Amino acid sequence: MTRNKVFQLHVPEPQCRPGDTPDFSAFDVPKAGEVDRPAVDVDAEDIRHLAYEIVRVTDDEGEAVGPWAPDLTEEEALKGLRDMMTVRSLDARMLIAQRQGKTSFYMQSLGEEAISCAFQAALSPGDMNFPTYRQQGLLVTAGYPIEDMMNQVYSNSADPLEGRQMPVMYSAKDNSYFSISGNLGTQFVQCVGWAMASAIAGDTKIAAGWIGDGATAESDFHSAMVFASTFRPPVILNIVNNQWAISTFQGIARGKAATFASRGLGFGIPAIRVDGNDFLAVHAVAKWAAERAHLGHGATLIEHVTYRAGPHSTSDDPAGYRPKTEAADWPLGDPIKRMKAYLIARGIWTEERHAQAQAEIDSEVLAAQKRAESRGTLHDGPHPSSKGMFDDVFEELPAHLIRQRQEAGI
Amino acid sequence: MARMTMIEAIRDAHDVSMSRDEKVVVFGQDVGYFGGVFRCTKGLQQKYGMQRCFDTPINESGIVGTAVGMAAYGLRPCVEIQFADYMYPAYDQLVSEAARLRYRSNGDFIAPLTVRMPTGGGIFGGQTHSQSPEALFAHVSGLKTVIPSNPYDAKGLLIASIEDNDPVIFLEPKRLYNGPFDGHHDAAVTPWSKHELGEVPEGHYTVPLGKAAIRRPGADVTILAYGTMVHVALAAVEETGVDGEVIDLRSIVPLDLDTITESVAKTGRCVIVHEATRTCGFGAELAALVAHHCFYSLEAAIVRVTGYDTPYPHAQEWDYFPGPKRVGAALTQVMEAS
Repeated sequence: MTRNKVFQLHVPEPQCRPGDTPDFSAFDVPKAGEVDRPAVDVDAEDIRHLAYEIVRVTDDEGEAVGPWAPDLTEEEALKGLRDMMTVRSLDARMLIAQRQGKTSFYMQSLGEEAISCAFQAALSPGDMNFPTYRQQGLLVTAGYPIEDMMNQVYSNSADPLEGRQMPVMYSAKDNSYFSISGNLGTQFVQCVGWAMASAIAGDTKIAAGWIGDGATAESDFHSAMVFASTFRPPVILNIVNNQWAISTFQGIARGKAATFASRGLGFGIPAIRVDGNDFLAVHAVAKWAAERAHLGHGATLIEHVTYRAGPHSTSDDPAGYRPKTEAADWPLGDPIKRMKAYLIARGIWTEERHAQAQAEIDSEVLAAQKRAESRGTLHDGPHPSSKGMFDDVFEELPAHLIRQRQEAGI
Repeated sequence: MARMTMIEAIRDAHDVSMSRDEKVVVFGQDVGYFGGVFRCTKGLQQKYGMQRCFDTPINESGIVGTAVGMAAYGLRPCVEIQFADYMYPAYDQLVSEAARLRYRSNGDFIAPLTVRMPTGGGIFGGQTHSQSPEALFAHVSGLKTVIPSNPYDAKGLLIASIEDNDPVIFLEPKRLYNGPFDGHHDAAVTPWSKHELGEVPEGHYTVPLGKAAIRRPGADVTILAYGTMVHVALAAVEETGVDGEVIDLRSIVPLDLDTITESVAKTGRCVIVHEATRTCGFGAELAALVAHHCFYSLEAAIVRVTGYDTPYPHAQEWDYFPGPKRVGAALTQVMEAS
């Protein structure tokens, strides 16, 4: 007779902690261009391998290689670089502004700029993103004014959200950007509902949902997947696997699953892993999924493999839970550097032009910041009127809120 | 004019709303082909097609979460949660999402959706088919909470809820679906066909949210109730002979405070009746409002008659249920107070 084992709880741990030398040797980086590109009407069953491999286009020499290499015009490619540089510059300015006490909080997308910028470039006007708080690149790429983003971050007198939301919880319906909640995962299933509505209404617009690796553990992830599987709405479901959920490494949410993308397979939803630091690869996979949705083949699950190079937010210090140099050792590199190398290899960009563009962008961001600060900061004001605090709870102000506003004397 | 049960009135409200506005869509567990376990959506899929009325997976967060997305798109979903007891997985979507979308986006996005759910006990449903969670909704800024007590109101309030541009929780007292149950569980139930509020006009009409109805005028004590308890209160008044004024709140958010305070100013006494558990129940809010606004008119302490602070028991249902005997005792108590 076998003896019963005395149990011990398995708690996954990352490979490296502070003080350790970063080690990504277990992370298998496939060569760019090696993964096949199936037809968009493919069954999930026939592309199971794409949920485990990584679509990569830009190789180490900056060449776009393989079947996923997108057919970007010079203008589109340069805009991609410029959008990513704008996001990074904006993040840098807002981070400093927060440190200076001009606002309460900020969240950068450092190292993840390619994902949102390349993805947005694959959407059409009228499509709708249901983002998390780290996809500011969607807004920048869609042409939303960065000055208005700053107005929101400062909760100043020009804040489009009237000071009601924490910094970075933007809302911009006209720029394909659903209101950010801050409750994790809730937007993933709403996105599926929006896409179902598009189908019910006989529309041609598609929706894109966003969720982090950590939040895939939320039950709303499952809700979104089961509704997307059942009703086959025109939707792209994006998991941004940036390795870290605040201090928790991705193994805590992933459990025994080989990849986050593989979770799509049980639902019969085609799932693709893509190099999230490769603008060209993200754009190609987004285009593929968008075409699939537009042709009525339903949902696609995309896992963007990346690394959160900065802290979770201005309230976080990663030195307490991961090696300080881990970001620099991330094997998929930096998205801006890789895009720059591609453009140079393509012969449409130079180091000089890059330096010049950097200076231009920094100066534009600084000018926007000055304009935004002329409308106030959280610290110094002016702020939106407190009278508006009672508005928009309901369409019309009900009697009890009128009484409470009178009580507040505003 | 036709006599209808509350089920038929609710089904008719769906029908009227769907025929007037193609943006109205109806879905939930078992609501499509079968027409709902209580049959409130019977025939809608056959009449309006599968695009506008369909079954969903058993996933309340998914039902409400997709409804929020659809409402943000521009549709007007009216969804069913099979029992109010099952709404908890959807609570995050209601509290953090539907209720706050207009506010947090400064009106950029809105969530005009209606979430229907059968509520209350009296059908031997035990602790998982009997709850009255209205206070959990009333506590949330941004949600409207409606509880009809009869077929006429059910139709008019449901149409008004679907047409409302804010999220509405529509709680249907399941013990009232087939008749005006007054708490006498051992007596035969009068069907709605014999009740004047079973008269339901054809076509479109609304009953506005936030307007209470005085079901019985009276001089001596104000009884605040909604849903099933309206009929229990009327029975208690009848049986005690106390000249009670029975107010049917119809919606608790928005609340018709004026009708309440005018009545208590006149009667000087107030009994509050609900089936939900007592602590932090909506009766606590009503008692606080009455105490604040009518303090100098009150001749007796405000009394609440409610469910007890226990789970809803199965075999002991009728000892738990705040029936006419308990309400009658409260009426006698406030009348004896000097």
